[in-house]
Amino acid sequence: MTNILSVENLVKHYELGGTGFIDRLLGQQPSIVRSVDGLSFNIAEGETLGLVGESGCGKSTVGRSILRLVEPTEGTIELAGQDISNAPERVLRPLRQDLQVVFQDPFASLNPRRTVGQTVAEPIANYQLVSDANLRARVQDLFERVGLRADQIDRYPHEFSGGQRQRIGIARALATNPKLIVLDEPVSALDVSVQAQVINLLVDLQQELGLAYLFIAHDLAVVEHISTRVAVMYLGKIVEIADKKSLFRSPRHPYTKALLSAVPNSDPDAISNRIVLQGDIPSPTNPPSGCRFRTRCPIAQAICAEQDPELETQGPDHKAACHFAQEGPLLTKV
Amino acid sequence: MSASTTILTQAPPTGLWRLWKRHPNFVIGAMMLGSALLAAIAAPWLGTIDPQMIAPFNRLEAPGANFWFGGDLVGRDVYSRTIYGSRISLAVGLGVAVIGISLGLVVGILSGFVSWVDQILMRVMDGLMAIPSILLAVALISLTGASLKNVIIAISIAEIPRVARLVRSVVLQLKERPYVEAAITAGTPFIWILWRHILPNTLAPLLVQATYIFASAVLTEAILSFIGAGTPPSTPSWGNIISEGRTVFSIAPHIVLFPGIALSFTVLGVNLMGDGLRDIFDPRYVSRT
Repeated sequence: MTNILSVENLVKHYELGGTGFIDRLLGQQPSIVRSVDGLSFNIAEGETLGLVGESGCGKSTVGRSILRLVEPTEGTIELAGQDISNAPERVLRPLRQDLQVVFQDPFASLNPRRTVGQTVAEPIANYQLVSDANLRARVQDLFERVGLRADQIDRYPHEFSGGQRQRIGIARALATNPKLIVLDEPVSALDVSVQAQVINLLVDLQQELGLAYLFIAHDLAVVEHISTRVAVMYLGKIVEIADKKSLFRSPRHPYTKALLSAVPNSDPDAISNRIVLQGDIPSPTNPPSGCRFRTRCPIAQAICAEQDPELETQGPDHKAACHFAQEGPLLTKV
Repeated sequence: MSASTTILTQAPPTGLWRLWKRHPNFVIGAMMLGSALLAAIAAPWLGTIDPQMIAPFNRLEAPGANFWFGGDLVGRDVYSRTIYGSRISLAVGLGVAVIGISLGLVVGILSGFVSWVDQILMRVMDGLMAIPSILLAVALISLTGASLKNVIIAISIAEIPRVARLVRSVVLQLKERPYVEAAITAGTPFIWILWRHILPNTLAPLLVQATYIFASAVLTEAILSFIGAGTPPSTPSWGNIISEGRTVFSIAPHIVLFPGIALSFTVLGVNLMGDGLRDIFDPRYVSRT
């Protein structure tokens, strides 16, 4: 299968605020937040890559860099073979048709002053995808496709529930017939019952339209349900990336193992082997030397402080970045 | 619930009546400002005499049949001067609000979107704000000479930084909103994003700010007149009348009282109207009524 998106060595560093005009005159260097620090992955046509990690690990920044809502510091982003990492907005605009987004907050993602129909019509009108006479019909069609009624298009966002607004957001993303949609925690703000409906809608749309998704989330159960492959991020880096089954059945990286052990099991008799990580996620301003996870890793050794482990192949379509990557339960320090 | 049943059982009110029911603040405020405007426009036909005519025998005369609002220090008719004064005060208020808001909007939008421009413009604005606005206006007027036009320009310049900061903060907030980012990914050209998604949302805070500017401009003009740096003293502006009457307040309070009432009336009207407009422009408010 061909890749719709390939990301190579993506880096996004932010300069921390507080170094204003005067500070710079005095030659003060701004401190740097290494939000995303060398990330590579591919998304094939029609597949879903789940991107999971704790809050603050940089997973949303990855999505925003791909969408070019933030300028990547380094690295290349290829959309259908075309490098968009440095493309100016003029070149980017036609390409954006293929790459759309659904955001987390259903309340902030629609302009409260415009009818939901106007919101969904905007991308269609931008690319003149249908004639003005057919615009309304196309919007109504999109509404029905995402499970809303065609007669709701003249209402304002505040007249809808969170789940309905998220459906409107999805309709807007579908409007340009994209090939890839970045789903930035699309269901984390919704009730569990509504989450399931929206996830099922996304799955149906993917099968119908052959969409590829980058599904950013922190809820492993949701990710397991929707993804083809899963990437686990920790502090700006991918620590493990694998086929969904392989990752959930035999995780190799201790961080992935800890995350999976925290998922509640529905079987009350199952023996809980929960691995509780100590401490907080370190500051991305000053990440630990060597392996970034070593400060919280239960099996860290001397080498972990010296060498940053590379992503290495662990099996078919399975890579992990750990000096002690291994199958099976977590081994304690020797 | 109850709102929807009311709508079903009663014929929906239309036009002005509906506006009055939904936004009484706006209607009352607009009527107050409207009457001040009317007074300004129709001043010659409201039983006024020449506001500059001096009648020494009627000095400090109490309000009565002859001079409705009494006479001032040199026997000019306070009623006529107050009515004509609305022309000056409204011109200053409106002029400063329009110029201050327009220029502040441009500066604020530039600062909000272009970060290197932001650094320069905001430092200039900080500099302007560091100078008390009265002092700044005095300095500008002493450079250009006292006239109504220069008073408006001088007060406007002092108001620009506040508007610019307000607009900049709104822009900085809005441009990170998911719906603005969604518009970017949807390929909407920048100018349309500004027009559709940014500007309409700056309107509400700007209207509130405009009413504040209007009120403070009228007051600033009065202060400038008082210290001799505003409109020429013979000009019947409310500020001039009040500052002249201030010295004889204990024996002839009417000279301060009537233009004072006119000033409060106008400022209150503008503020009420601003509040009402803010509600009207907020789409969430419409559904509740």
